[in-house]
Amino acid sequence: MSGGHSTYEPKTGVSKWVDSRLPLPRLVYDSFVAYPTPRNLNYAYTFGAILSVMLVSQILTGIVLAMHYVSSTSQAFDSVELIMRDVNSGSLLRYMHANGASFFFIAVYIHIFRGMYYGSYKAPREILWILGVIIYLLMMATGFMGYVLPWGQMSFWGATVITNFFTAFPLVGEPIQQLLLGGFAVDNPTLNRFFSLHYLLPFMIAGVVILHVWALHVTGQTNPTGVEVKSKTDTVPFTPYATIKDGFATVVFLLIFAYFIFYLPNYLGHPDNYIEANPLKTPAHIVPEWYYLPFYAMLRAITFNVGPIDSKLGGVLVMFGSILILFFMPWLDTSKVRSAVYRPWYKLFFWLFVANAIFLGWLGSQPAEGVYTAMAQAGTAYYFAFFIIILPLLGLFEKPRPVPNSITEAVLAKHGGGSPEGAPAAPENRG
Amino acid sequence: MSEHELTGEPTRRDFLYLTTAMAGVVGAASVAWPFIDQMRPDATTLALSTIEVDVSGLERGMSITVKWRGKPVFIRNRTDEEIAEADAVPLDDLPDPSARNENLAPDAPALDVDRSAGEDRENWIVMIGSCTHLGCVPLGQSGDFGGWFCPCHGSHYDTAGRIRKGPAPENLHIPPYEFLTDTRIKIG
Repeated sequence: MSGGHSTYEPKTGVSKWVDSRLPLPRLVYDSFVAYPTPRNLNYAYTFGAILSVMLVSQILTGIVLAMHYVSSTSQAFDSVELIMRDVNSGSLLRYMHANGASFFFIAVYIHIFRGMYYGSYKAPREILWILGVIIYLLMMATGFMGYVLPWGQMSFWGATVITNFFTAFPLVGEPIQQLLLGGFAVDNPTLNRFFSLHYLLPFMIAGVVILHVWALHVTGQTNPTGVEVKSKTDTVPFTPYATIKDGFATVVFLLIFAYFIFYLPNYLGHPDNYIEANPLKTPAHIVPEWYYLPFYAMLRAITFNVGPIDSKLGGVLVMFGSILILFFMPWLDTSKVRSAVYRPWYKLFFWLFVANAIFLGWLGSQPAEGVYTAMAQAGTAYYFAFFIIILPLLGLFEKPRPVPNSITEAVLAKHGGGSPEGAPAAPENRG
Repeated sequence: MSEHELTGEPTRRDFLYLTTAMAGVVGAASVAWPFIDQMRPDATTLALSTIEVDVSGLERGMSITVKWRGKPVFIRNRTDEEIAEADAVPLDDLPDPSARNENLAPDAPALDVDRSAGEDRENWIVMIGSCTHLGCVPLGQSGDFGGWFCPCHGSHYDTAGRIRKGPAPENLHIPPYEFLTDTRIKIG
């Protein structure tokens, strides 16, 4: 996958024989051993590795759970309870899978925010960024369909609400919804196809991840300075430097993950999903999984009609638009400087964006009425203004701080002791 | 070099490329069709499209909910006050002025009588109990207008199931149905 010159030298007879037939060891060596990484990568850059580990963990636990799960409306709920009570180690595996989804999303959100902070989406990494957004969309679809499988109340009504989004579109909406459901309401055909697709999509994610890593290895990684690698002194080999750093971060991440599995296994779930689905009774508050809450808040924030677009279609368009707009981020940002470290105003608006996303998440868990709706509208306005107004204008008006000439210069200035601003360096600058 | 290439005229080979590509597209589309077609509602799902309900036990002011095509259907024997209340609402106050009644013409207005089972049966109302916003089941005899209230996103319906306040765009839909006798309804 590496774009550069290969330094792999097969030593034994067997490895020479393999190398001239299928140079897979060479590919692995060039991509994960000799591959040059910027010497100043911080722990924010370890989440790619953490996400790979989580994807493997989800696929492994998912495959074994599917050995015990039955995707039929009359048996799905009971089969999940069977996994919890009767299957050996079943509850552990299910908690790993359910909490694994949450931790997968925690890691992907940090990974996305890191990309936004250090300008990882900018040229020449647009395709790398777009592939990442596609992976995120696939993750959301997979997570949604997985949440339907236990056939609890939240499963059923979450599926009902989300598939009803499509009825907002005039004329084609209702036929599309029936095509998705395989009927007129969420029922057995829906559960079966969701199970089939829930099993399929993680492998599609894995496929796009390969493209994502390939694109990464063509352009090389960004780094906290945003300055491209210029000379050999700017980089260190992937192994042992990045391998050990990624490994350590993964272990810390898994420790927190394990704490949730063993001590707070239901903290991130919803108790209503331990009640079997009832098509005739809606729970008082339908709340999606926490990782969709900001988008749910934006969906509900549109309570007014705009011209021919009624509030229902408006909410659906805003919700889909809030994700689709990420595809255009590389072209909406007009600044020539990549990293927020040297962009004082962008840094401020970025952290406001993060705070706003968390705020919208909290609003998504509250009832959609009164002051909450007004706050969600303000939050939605900032979310879109960040992309459509702030990003394009900042590049024109912001005066960036001086950018170092090279990664080496930036690292030496900080650790050489000669720099006056070396001591109180912000943690995100630390190499 | 042939004469065609010199003059830029299309050749017989261009024609063959074009027809081959077209045949390929048509072939791919025909193979894709069964894969899409299988997702549509199957025969057993469609077979459940008609049910009969006995409503002889429903006194005035009582409701039942039955399941039709996987969705709840509200059948309510309304009180005179509820009818009078819905009848008194001017059409201009309604966000959705259409009756949404599959038994009537699509442009029928949302008058109380057109929402109910018609003249002489104005006390009966039969509606799909699925909020026209995002499909939750509204709660009966609650909300600001004494009709139905959807707890998910706060849509208020009146005693004729017409949307009055909240994000839902349409009145509760009325399925095709008929009274077989005075106490028996066929839905679907």
